[in-house]
Amino acid sequence: MSRTAEQIGRTELGPRPLPPLGEQRAATNLSVVDTVLDNGLRVIAVHQPTVPMVELRLRVPFAGTDPAHAPTAEVLAAAILTGTKSRDRVAMDTELALVGGELNAAVDPELLSLGGNALASGFDTLLTVLADALTAATYTDDEVAGEKARLIERITVARSKPNVIARQALQRHRYGDHPFTREIPEAADVAKVESADVRALHQAAVLPRGAVLVVVGDVEPVKAVAGVSAALADWRGDASAAVLPPLPPLTPGDLLVIDRPGAVQSQIRLSAQSITRTDPRYPALQLANLALGGFFSSRLVENIREDKGYTYHARSYPEFTPDGATLLIDTDTASDVTAAALLEIRYELARIALVAPEESEVDIVRQYAIGSLLTSTSSQGGLASQVAALAVLGLGVDWLVNHPERLKAVTAEQVAEAAAEFFAPTRFTGVIVGDVAKLAPLTCIGGVRFP
Amino acid sequence: MTVSQPHRYTLANGLRVVLAPDDTAPVVGVSVHYDVGFRSEPEGRTGFAHLFEHLMFQGSESLEKLAHFRHVQSSGGTFNGSTHPDYTDYFEVLPSAALERALFLEADRMRAPKLTEENLRNQIDVVKEEIRLNVLNRPYGGFPWILLPPVLFDTFPNAHNGYGGFEDLEQATVADCAAFFDTYYAPANAVLTVAGDFTVEAAKELIERHFGDVPARPRPQRPSFAEPPPTTEVRADHPDPLAPLPAVAIGYRIPDPIDELDAYLAYLVLAGVLTDGDGSRLQQRLVYGDQLVTEVSAGCGMFGPFEARDPDTFTITAMYSPEVALDPVLAAIDEELERLASTPPDQAELAKITARWAASLHKEHDRIVSRTLALGAFELLYGNPSLVYELPERISAITPDAVSAAAKALRPDSRAILTVTPSGGAE
Repeated sequence: MSRTAEQIGRTELGPRPLPPLGEQRAATNLSVVDTVLDNGLRVIAVHQPTVPMVELRLRVPFAGTDPAHAPTAEVLAAAILTGTKSRDRVAMDTELALVGGELNAAVDPELLSLGGNALASGFDTLLTVLADALTAATYTDDEVAGEKARLIERITVARSKPNVIARQALQRHRYGDHPFTREIPEAADVAKVESADVRALHQAAVLPRGAVLVVVGDVEPVKAVAGVSAALADWRGDASAAVLPPLPPLTPGDLLVIDRPGAVQSQIRLSAQSITRTDPRYPALQLANLALGGFFSSRLVENIREDKGYTYHARSYPEFTPDGATLLIDTDTASDVTAAALLEIRYELARIALVAPEESEVDIVRQYAIGSLLTSTSSQGGLASQVAALAVLGLGVDWLVNHPERLKAVTAEQVAEAAAEFFAPTRFTGVIVGDVAKLAPLTCIGGVRFP
Repeated sequence: MTVSQPHRYTLANGLRVVLAPDDTAPVVGVSVHYDVGFRSEPEGRTGFAHLFEHLMFQGSESLEKLAHFRHVQSSGGTFNGSTHPDYTDYFEVLPSAALERALFLEADRMRAPKLTEENLRNQIDVVKEEIRLNVLNRPYGGFPWILLPPVLFDTFPNAHNGYGGFEDLEQATVADCAAFFDTYYAPANAVLTVAGDFTVEAAKELIERHFGDVPARPRPQRPSFAEPPPTTEVRADHPDPLAPLPAVAIGYRIPDPIDELDAYLAYLVLAGVLTDGDGSRLQQRLVYGDQLVTEVSAGCGMFGPFEARDPDTFTITAMYSPEVALDPVLAAIDEELERLASTPPDQAELAKITARWAASLHKEHDRIVSRTLALGAFELLYGNPSLVYELPERISAITPDAVSAAAKALRPDSRAILTVTPSGGAE
């Protein structure tokens, strides 16, 4: 039995109609406590007992303008869970493991993030270990030396990755030497960090005031807050955690080409100034962005992947900082089609800015925005991360709960206005990382500066 | 875990169905697992199973190109597919109102996918970009999942590159696609899984409506991919001009994950004892103690456990400084394995692994995507989706002696060692 592709693609009955959507049940109301403790720490506890687990997300504003801040902060994040006055690194790991728990720390130019989870029955243990790290991390010389050595190797590996190279180039191109650009410190600067520097930074900057702790899971919110309040009672500090200084508005300009000899693919990274989530235009811009490149059925993906085959992925997405926002467009394409891909990106930007999207397209992105919010917040981990991301921008669970209504209220006209205002290709700047020897066609389309 | 047993039944055309209702959130997951992965692709057609997965999204009798994506996303859902050694899965997660749509979309491409030259050429280009992105243009591309199998295995199904070579991908024809579909994408060779917010009666009715008339075709005979383990230590090196640090992957053969599940689980526990958490043996010895490596990890399966039949692989990978030689790293690993082989770990050490597995399985259950896919994969591989929920107990029953025996079986004289050597020269 061997059929041809044509025979396979046809049945006697012929094409069938798409079934309609059924009745959608609303998500159950979330039980939430959002409060500020005596020490200035904001705690948001959400009851979501879908599985007997609990998720924690701590976000401490952790900016610094001193050039030594970024390398010291990286070492701090690498070493904060390596021992306290009463627990060494193995004891911490063992206590957590016995309650099915884990804790991790990471830092970026804005935030020190500690996160983890455990069986709900081990919530107190998770909090105890977290509190111990926050109040009594020791940063012994041995542990700091070991973490520094590993960090330097991880930095070396990270800096060899094309997406990291492109991100660094974009940051420099957009913001020069602003602290926001110091996402991966230089290995040489990490080597200079002493354990005393790390202890001093912890003392000065790991502060509860201005920080937020999100708890999501199978723990009653009132009990969760009481548990946090008791466990973190000794975490104190008069000063407030340090917020990133405002970013200068983005200046539109030529795309800077960065040479990566031998590369078989180019990274195209574009960016433009945008607006915060609380701006009244934001819901419309969110929908315009989805239509452009915010999901698979977007103009960018359908054009440069599904039609032209220039790329495996293309996306446009917002990036938020406490007082601002930008739009980013990413794609990676084979060297020989880099210029053609850039041309199509500019075409799609101009098209969405100039020609109002159809009502039907707006309905698709609206349904997607509402539905994907529902699915992405249906797990404890997903909800915890979303709430934490909003909390650092000063928003709460109510923003999340009310957002579907905001999206429903957006008109096609508002989407067109947002697209016209924010997606004009002349508003963008960016970088292209690739093998310059293969990128000559870029000179044909202009708006590109070679090294 | 307090979940009800999944419902299982089979349609007249042979399609196996798993239903796992759970109303904690108003969302549903729908997946179809086909019992064919990249181990089944023919010689000269490396990467074909994955390429074909891409084509299954390119339209079917009732759905123009791009319609599948648009219908899922305009219903508020997300989708994807992935190709594994022994199966290929497709899934959607959506608000529960869109359940029937998801069933319609999956049924339509199971019944009558549109396999056209134009879409094939387009997706060959897309897959080549995917390979450039994930393998050719980045350091450690394909490490270890593409690089290690040809060192550990001799036969084409087990050893070849599942992403495929460009020359093979470019030679793929529409006729290949038709033959592959007719052979492997029969309803009797697939599992449909629905998890989340629905009632069993309503789902059964919808499934019969949409899948009931997918014509039956014979279920293909599943070949054995068995081959003997290596009789010596086999070494190979992969020069990587983009890699800044050397890396090593050590591959060992392990018991049949299906027929010898408990023996297999002992290796899963062993992987935890070796590298899970700062207190684990190899983290302590290699990373913090001797400070020979930057990172080390161990595990079953090239992409994680429970996604392949026999033969499966136990892998230890490490990245280390150029000043460190490989042999001391290997010697330290062998010493730690010997220590475990001669003295079984105590119960307290295993209790950590057991608790973390229980927690990670809860987390997997909480994400509807992973819950749906796990139920489908366990139906496909084990004929028993409930096994997902029995795993914490099965894992906690693994004895110290069993872990010790597993460590003893990871012999230096029957393994593959693949090194990645930076070859870009000084910058």
